[in-house]
Amino acid sequence: MFEVVAFYLFAFLTIGMFCTTVFTNNALYALCSLAAGMIFISAFFFLLDADFLGVVQIVVYTGAVMALYAFGMMFFDTIAEVKEKINNPRLAFFLTGMVALVIVVIFAAPMIGANAQAGIYPVGVAAEYGVVPGNVQDVGIILFTKYLVPFEVAAVMLLVAMIGGIILAGKKMDVSYSELQEHEIDAYEAELKKAELEKLAKDKK
Amino acid sequence: MTLNEYLILSTILFSIGLIGVVRRKNLLMLFFSTEIMLNAVNIGLAAISKFHGDLTGQMFAFFIVAIAASEVAVGLGLLVLLFKRKNTINLDAIQNMKG
Repeated sequence: MFEVVAFYLFAFLTIGMFCTTVFTNNALYALCSLAAGMIFISAFFFLLDADFLGVVQIVVYTGAVMALYAFGMMFFDTIAEVKEKINNPRLAFFLTGMVALVIVVIFAAPMIGANAQAGIYPVGVAAEYGVVPGNVQDVGIILFTKYLVPFEVAAVMLLVAMIGGIILAGKKMDVSYSELQEHEIDAYEAELKKAELEKLAKDKK
Repeated sequence: MTLNEYLILSTILFSIGLIGVVRRKNLLMLFFSTEIMLNAVNIGLAAISKFHGDLTGQMFAFFIVAIAASEVAVGLGLLVLLFKRKNTINLDAIQNMKG
């Protein structure tokens, strides 16, 4: 009973939040509702006995990813309404709706009547190792035995992504305006403008 | 609760994300929609893991979370670069080929 109530409550909340994200024209609303939807999704993981995944969801998405998006949004003037030129709104709405409906049918069709198969990594594997049973223990044992190599590759991938992000976003950021005095900033910007004009003149030649 | 209900919820959330990807023309919004789709898949994997009594689904969900995090890092870097160059993050602005 409790599970059913919780499932439907969080299902409607999540769907509502994500619909807001997709359909709003205000980027700030989209960001906030996306963060709320991420937190509501973690409730499903707790309902599904995947405690560790639920905690990871909250920490990674609402902690890291949302902070990163909020940081990224500071670069863009997103407080203004997001203007999107759509030539034929009715056709676009119809096509996207039809595609979504088809996807729902395609994905939902094979679920009905599918047979459950015995697991290779059954829940409760921790008990075999003489550890206190629990989801976190199960996940730890499987992650560091069978999935050790993918885990380490994922770590390297995250490192590469971090370096890539720094290099991409940090180009031409070798001068920090906050450490300069007012007249130094003016001098630096005048220098930049001069260099740009010279480059333009060179291009024209 | 049965597996079907969780999978149908997952499909609905995935479709919302898909509508976002098709409908929006702002690149930041496209990123948001991608996150929604990844999360929808995670719910499906966790549900299958629970109802089949197998932890492999949860493992895949963890790796999807890791992929999503690195995708955001690199994607936002590219977005900042694009914004510096074109001063807009509209999809129409990066149409170079006329065809």
